[in-house]
Amino acid sequence: MNYRMIGYTLGWVLNIEAICLMLSAVTALVYGEIFYLKYIALCIGACVVFGVALTHRAPKNKAMYAKEGFVTVALSWIVISIFGALPFFLSGAIPDFIDAFFETVSGFTTTGASILRDVEALPKCLIFWRSFTHFIGGMGVLVFLVALLPLSGGSNLYLIKAESPGPSVSKIVPKVRQTAKIFYGIYISLTLLQVILLLLGGMDLFEALTLSFGTAGTGGFSILNSGISTYSPYVQWVITIFMVIFGVDFSLYYLILTRRVKDAMRSEEFRAYMLIIISAVAVIVLNCRHLFAGLGEALRHSAFQVASIMTTTGYATTDFDLWPQLSKTILVVLMFIGACAGSTGGGIKVSRILIMLKSIGREIKVAAHPKATAKITMNSRLVEHETVRSVNVYIGIMSIIFFSSLLVVSIDNMDFTTNFTAVAATINNIGPGFAGVGPTRNFADYSMLSKIVFSINMLIGRLEIYPMLLLLVPRTWKR
Amino acid sequence: MKIIIVGSGKVGQKLAQEFGAEKDIDVTVIDINPATVSDTVGQYDVMGVVGSGTNIDILNEADISGADLLIAVTGSDEINLMSCLLAKKLGNCQTIARIRKPEYAKSVNVFKDDLGLAMIINPEQAAAREIARVLRLPSAIQIDTFAKGRVEILKFRVPEGCVLHDLKVMDIVSKLNCDVLVCGVERADEAFIPGGHFVLKEGDLVSIVSSIQNCSQFFKKIGIKTSRVKDTMIVGGGSTAYYLAVQLIQSGIDVKIIDKDQKRCDELCQLLPKATIIHGDGADNWLLLEEGIDHAQSFVSLTNIDEVNVLMSLYAKSRMQGGKIVTKIDRIAYDEIISGLDLDTTVYPKDITAEYIIKFIRAMKNTIGSNVETMHMILDNKAEALEFRINDNSPVTGISIDKLSLKKNILIACINRNGSIIIPRGRDVIQKGDTVVIVTTHKGFEDINDILEKA
Repeated sequence: MNYRMIGYTLGWVLNIEAICLMLSAVTALVYGEIFYLKYIALCIGACVVFGVALTHRAPKNKAMYAKEGFVTVALSWIVISIFGALPFFLSGAIPDFIDAFFETVSGFTTTGASILRDVEALPKCLIFWRSFTHFIGGMGVLVFLVALLPLSGGSNLYLIKAESPGPSVSKIVPKVRQTAKIFYGIYISLTLLQVILLLLGGMDLFEALTLSFGTAGTGGFSILNSGISTYSPYVQWVITIFMVIFGVDFSLYYLILTRRVKDAMRSEEFRAYMLIIISAVAVIVLNCRHLFAGLGEALRHSAFQVASIMTTTGYATTDFDLWPQLSKTILVVLMFIGACAGSTGGGIKVSRILIMLKSIGREIKVAAHPKATAKITMNSRLVEHETVRSVNVYIGIMSIIFFSSLLVVSIDNMDFTTNFTAVAATINNIGPGFAGVGPTRNFADYSMLSKIVFSINMLIGRLEIYPMLLLLVPRTWKR
Repeated sequence: MKIIIVGSGKVGQKLAQEFGAEKDIDVTVIDINPATVSDTVGQYDVMGVVGSGTNIDILNEADISGADLLIAVTGSDEINLMSCLLAKKLGNCQTIARIRKPEYAKSVNVFKDDLGLAMIINPEQAAAREIARVLRLPSAIQIDTFAKGRVEILKFRVPEGCVLHDLKVMDIVSKLNCDVLVCGVERADEAFIPGGHFVLKEGDLVSIVSSIQNCSQFFKKIGIKTSRVKDTMIVGGGSTAYYLAVQLIQSGIDVKIIDKDQKRCDELCQLLPKATIIHGDGADNWLLLEEGIDHAQSFVSLTNIDEVNVLMSLYAKSRMQGGKIVTKIDRIAYDEIISGLDLDTTVYPKDITAEYIIKFIRAMKNTIGSNVETMHMILDNKAEALEFRINDNSPVTGISIDKLSLKKNILIACINRNGSIIIPRGRDVIQKGDTVVIVTTHKGFEDINDILEKA
């Protein structure tokens, strides 16, 4: 283990967090929230002190291998969450540290689950910070770091691999740094586009920015207690479309930018993703059209909710807890499927589901023809056996973690729907669930132990298990 | 610049490492083996594509149409040539191919342009050239060749008590009566392009330009023992041994080749009538003694087994009285351990291959869109030696060199006129049709006229 290099990278992550917090300080200045400004300044100071201490001397040995990559990513996310929670905690806006940590982890992991009963009571600068964590966490802080800093050569790939979701992460251009820059370029441009479209819908800049951050990272922190329900249909449609956009593999946008639209459209994952969204919307519209005034309204709410849950954003325009059982169950299934690999969304990912389904198909074929040679293909390309295996194991570990968490959380004696969807909503980085954690309720009633479990679940879900698991294995820490 | 490397073996990986670290070079590696591709991508900043370099879809996936250069270094000559052909047709890029079989090397010349082949690299030949250099001129540190090999730039260190010490550069010709030109001097960390009044000192690293015949004469006069070996004993009669023997015999060195395989011995006998071919096991001490290892002036171990090469060389070292010993090692991984052994010179053919290609590409990158024929980095990469072809009359032609108003730190090192080499002095004139070698610390010259001070 190259501890020096891990520390050095962590230092840079803190420096970046300090810069991000400055945006929040600017917000405080704009809205004259001087009381909160000094706490934010204090947090910036803390980040800078630790950051500079760790980065003032670059380590000689800059080698980073897979293990270092995983550990660095996991530690970075824990560290930014701890430091990111400080503004809430120190200023007294969220008096309990565990609550503040939960809220920040929920922000960075783009979950959007909240323990706040009254969001509007928060000062503007903290609402901004809370939403901005979605934006940082969406594409990943280490991807940003790689784009920004010329660290060491090719081994940076391990950082990106550990942080980016999906069964097999690869580069879109030969240089890691260039790849990271392209991803961030696309990410920022799309976000700006959304901000502009929201401004055109008559929103003020603050609302447009915070809601766009929540959409871009597929996070889901809203800034009103009423969620998205009070906004105009135009705004709701804009957010719906952008949620879908941010749930797509970003390398497809690069293909489109480089005029390979055909290749992009041929992506099996993208097709499956769109197919699932469209069929889910259709069924839900049929199932709950009686709840709404007209078909148009039914379509708008169902499309919004399906996009919101499928991409693991978690915004709500209506209390879908009141929907009929079929619609609710569809939403729960969508929670687990999640968005595309290589997007900012969470969940198991459409491509993993596809690979799993295909390998089930292969097993059935082999059962019938024991001597058959059957291979799995994606986009008419052979899927390596390694990838298939890791996908199956991934889904296996995910279930084990899911049920263990469910067990621990049920100590709090909430009803089953609440517990089940609460764990699903955190491990898949969605936010709201049903019943006790439904769109109009929140996680405040859970005990501290449960909140810690949820926080870990969110990190595990966002980093896709292995980085977090490796931290717990003693062998990792041996030299 | 975009480079596609087909084959991620040792050479491919070395190239990926070298160019992946370069900011403005994008590298994509193609290999049929998913494991080596993921290794390469994990270690170096390059992109990987799994598949065959002869498959159009794979080449397209590697964006062949945007590539500037394709380097084919798989183990198979046929695949390499095929990839180059496809690359030329699909992307109209330049290509470099590793080609082992001597018969191909010759036939390829017939359709070289069809393949866009900028360079053919034969690892055995490259290794042989390197070994021949060591045996021919052991004192020279670095040799670069120009004018199709007729001119050499040689670098050597001025030994203690040498006549060159405290000698002005302009006096060398008159004092030593020898036609060489000092084109660069490195002292401590500084590099100079010396004018006539520059005084040489002991310990300087001096680069000279001269024709091949003149340089050995020059070394003799300044009292550097070039100690060119008179005979050599080669164990292992593979193609490296063949190429080496050809070169050594040309420069008048007696060659004795020992090989285990009777058939190969017969072949070598026909190919190299002037060499002594011994059929026997080179690892057999008795045979080596019988063949006079005790008095051999040089010993080269070229079998295909690294361990055997190392042991034979160690044995030879213990028997010979201060001769030259060269050991060929194929596996790069243990170079640190091997360099700790008391072996004179070790040669890594794969390293040499990669280095040849790297040098070539660096020069190519610097000469894109210019009239430079060849380029070498000299003086510890602080200066460039550029070869220009003079196609038209220009401000530099038709005037004696001392009348040209050259920029500072420029030296006209050599003029090649229809194959005869002129080491230019003030009175010489550059003519249309010449090729001219310029040594300079300026970077990025694109045309011969760039050497003139702007009026």
